[in-house]
Amino acid sequence: MSATFVGMPAFPAAAREALSDTQLRRNLAHATGTIRAKRAAVVGEVDEWEELRMAGAAIKDNTLRHLDEHLLRLEKSLTDRGATVHWARDAAEACEIVASIAKQHAVDEVVKVKSMATQEIGLNEALATQGITAWETDLAELIVQLGDDLPSHILVPAIHRNRAEIREIFRDKMAAAGRPAPDDLSDRPAELAGAARLHLREKFLRARMAVSGANFAVAETGTLVVVESEGNGRMCLTLPEVLVSVVGIEKIVPTWSDLDVFLQLLPRSSTGERMNPYTSTWSGATEGQEAHVVLLDNGRTRALADEVGRQALRCIRCSACLNVCPVYERTGGHAYGSVYPGPIGAILNPLLRGTGVDDQVDSLPYASSLCGACFEACPVRIDIPEVLVHLRSKVVDAHRSAPKAEAVAMKSASWVLADSKRLGLAERGMGLAGRLLGRFGRKVMPGGRRALGRLPWPGSLWSNARDVPAPPAESFRAWWRREGRR
Amino acid sequence: MSAREEILGRVRSALAAADPSLAPVPRGYRSVVPAGDVVELFAERLVDYRAELTRCTADTLPAALASALGDAGSVLVPDGFPWEVPGGVPDTGQSAAELDRLDAVVTLAALAIATTGTIVLDHGPGQGRRAVSLVPDRHVCVLRTDQIVPGVPQAVAALSPDRPQTWISGPSATSDIELNRVEGVHGPRTLHVLLVSS
Ligand code: SF4
Repeated sequence: MSATFVGMPAFPAAAREALSDTQLRRNLAHATGTIRAKRAAVVGEVDEWEELRMAGAAIKDNTLRHLDEHLLRLEKSLTDRGATVHWARDAAEACEIVASIAKQHAVDEVVKVKSMATQEIGLNEALATQGITAWETDLAELIVQLGDDLPSHILVPAIHRNRAEIREIFRDKMAAAGRPAPDDLSDRPAELAGAARLHLREKFLRARMAVSGANFAVAETGTLVVVESEGNGRMCLTLPEVLVSVVGIEKIVPTWSDLDVFLQLLPRSSTGERMNPYTSTWSGATEGQEAHVVLLDNGRTRALADEVGRQALRCIRCSACLNVCPVYERTGGHAYGSVYPGPIGAILNPLLRGTGVDDQVDSLPYASSLCGACFEACPVRIDIPEVLVHLRSKVVDAHRSAPKAEAVAMKSASWVLADSKRLGLAERGMGLAGRLLGRFGRKVMPGGRRALGRLPWPGSLWSNARDVPAPPAESFRAWWRREGRR
Repeated sequence: MSAREEILGRVRSALAAADPSLAPVPRGYRSVVPAGDVVELFAERLVDYRAELTRCTADTLPAALASALGDAGSVLVPDGFPWEVPGGVPDTGQSAAELDRLDAVVTLAALAIATTGTIVLDHGPGQGRRAVSLVPDRHVCVLRTDQIVPGVPQAVAALSPDRPQTWISGPSATSDIELNRVEGVHGPRTLHVLLVSS
C-alpha cells in the first residue's frame, strides 16, 4: 500500500463527495467500460500498435529536446503562410491577446471549439469580464455551459448528466442563450441533439470570430490539426472571418509526415474508433480567413525542466488513461479540481503549477493506486506511475519543514514495525479492535469482507475517502503460531 | 523582455542539462499494408460508419447520382465537378446562411483510406471550399476505386500540407448523451459515397 500524503484533504474530500453520488459513479463506470471495450477492439486490429507507440514517444521526445528550434521554425512557417503568431507566458497574457483581437474586430461574441488549452487558461471567464461572450459549440460542452457546470471527462465532459437532466437544462436555459428549445422536446438523444443543432447553427452562421485549440502543430509547414466528431469544429474553423488558435508549446510535431503516427494513435486511443468523423488541417491563413496563433507556455517550460516529468508533455489528450484508471472510474473528473483529470491530471497539474504551492495540486500525485494501467494504455508511453512516485517525493520535500499528520503516523508505524515485540503487541491490539469493529462494522466491501467506516484521528485522514478493511480478528503471527505448529 | 524572448529563454534553460541526442524513430509501420482487397475493405469500413455506399461504373454514375440526391431540390455544385447535376447550383461564394438553405452538396475527393473508411478532401477542383461540404445536410461524394490507399501512412504521404484538408469518416456524430451515438449534430446528417470502378 502506498502512503498517502495527508494534511491536505483536497482530493480525498472531493472524492468522498463524488463517491457518494451513485448516479455519477454509475454513469462513469458505464462510460469508461464502454470506451475501454471499443478501444481494445480497434487497437487489437493494428498489428504494429507497439511500434506506433514507440514512434509516437520518440517523435515527441525528440521535439521536446529541441523545443526552442521547433518553436522558431513553427513561428516562421506560420508567418510565411500569412498567420499572425503571438506568444503568451501565462493564462492572463493569453486571454488578453484573444480579447484584444476580438476588440480590434469589434466582436462581442465568439464561437469556440472545445479545447483543453482554452479551458486551462479560463478563457471564457476572462472574455466575459471584457464583455465578450464565448459560446461552447461541442454538444457536451454546451450542456456543461448551459448547466453552469464543470466538465468531468476530457472526452465526454457531460457524462455525469443523464438524458432527463439534459432535457431540463435545454428547456430552462437555451432561451436565454439564443434559440429556445422546442416546446415538445423529449429526452430522446436524437431529439436533444436536434435541438442543439438548431440552437448552435444560429450561432455558427452569425459568428465573425472563432477560437480553437489544436491537437497538433507541424513546425515544418505551419499546419494546425483539429480532430473532432461533431462538425462543430469545422463550423468554427471555416465559417468565421477571424480564427484564433490557442496552442500549447508542447503540441509541436516536426514534420507533416510525422502525423501518420498520431492520426493512427489518437482516434483509436481516444474514442475507440478507427478514425474520428472529422479531422481538419490548415496551414496559415486559408480561404481568405484571418488567422492568429497564440503559443502558450503557462507552466509548460516548468514541466520541461523536470527531467522525470518532462515526458508528460508528450500527452496527446486522448483520455485513454482516464478510462482505465480505477480511481478515476470511481471519483470522476471533478475531484481532481482541474481541467486535466485522471492519471494525466495527477501528474500534469503539479508539473505545470509546481509542488508545495497549492494543497489541492499537492494531493494529486496521491490520487492513484499505482496499478500501472495508465502506462499500458498510453499511446505515447508516458510512464505515469514513475512520474507519480517522483512527484510524491517532491511534494514531501516541499512540505518537509512542517511535519504533517501522515509523517507523524508513519513515524509511529515505523517505530512499531521496527521491532518484533512491539509489532506483536500492536497486532494483538489490532486483533482485539478487529473483533470488536468487525462485529460493529456496518459496511461490507466487495468480496464480503467487513469494512470500517471512519477511523479515529489520525487514521481519519486516510479513511475519509476510503473504506478501510476491518482488521482480522486474529493476527497473522498468532495464526501462524497456532496453525503452523501442526 | 518580450514574451517570445522569455519563453524561448525558459525553454533553453529547461533543456540546458538535457541530452540533445535524438531517439531513433521506428518507421516499419509505414510498410504494413492490410491483407486482402483494399476496395472491399474500404467499402466495409465506410458502411461500418453508417455512411451510405453505392457501387457504380462510369456509365451508371449519372443514375446513381440522381438517386443519391433523391428529392433534394437545390444542390451545390463546386467548380470543376465534372457531371451534370439535377437542381445544381454553382458555387458563387455563398455565405454560410445561404449555404444553409441548400439541400445537398456534391463533391469529388482527393483520396480515401481503406483501413479507416475515411474520405479525404483537399478542396481542389470539384471538391469545393471547406464550408460547402459542411453546411448542407446531405453530402454526396464521388470517388474512384483507384483513389483508395491502404492506410493512414500512405494517405499522409500522398497529401500536401499546402492545401487545407478535411478528413471525413462517416457522417457527423456524437455520443455525448449517455453514450448513445447520434448522427449529424452539426455536419451533414447523411454522407453518401458513390464508388466508381475504374
Ligand atoms: S497521458 Fe497518455 S493516455 Fe493519458 S491522455 Fe495523455 S496521451 Fe492519452
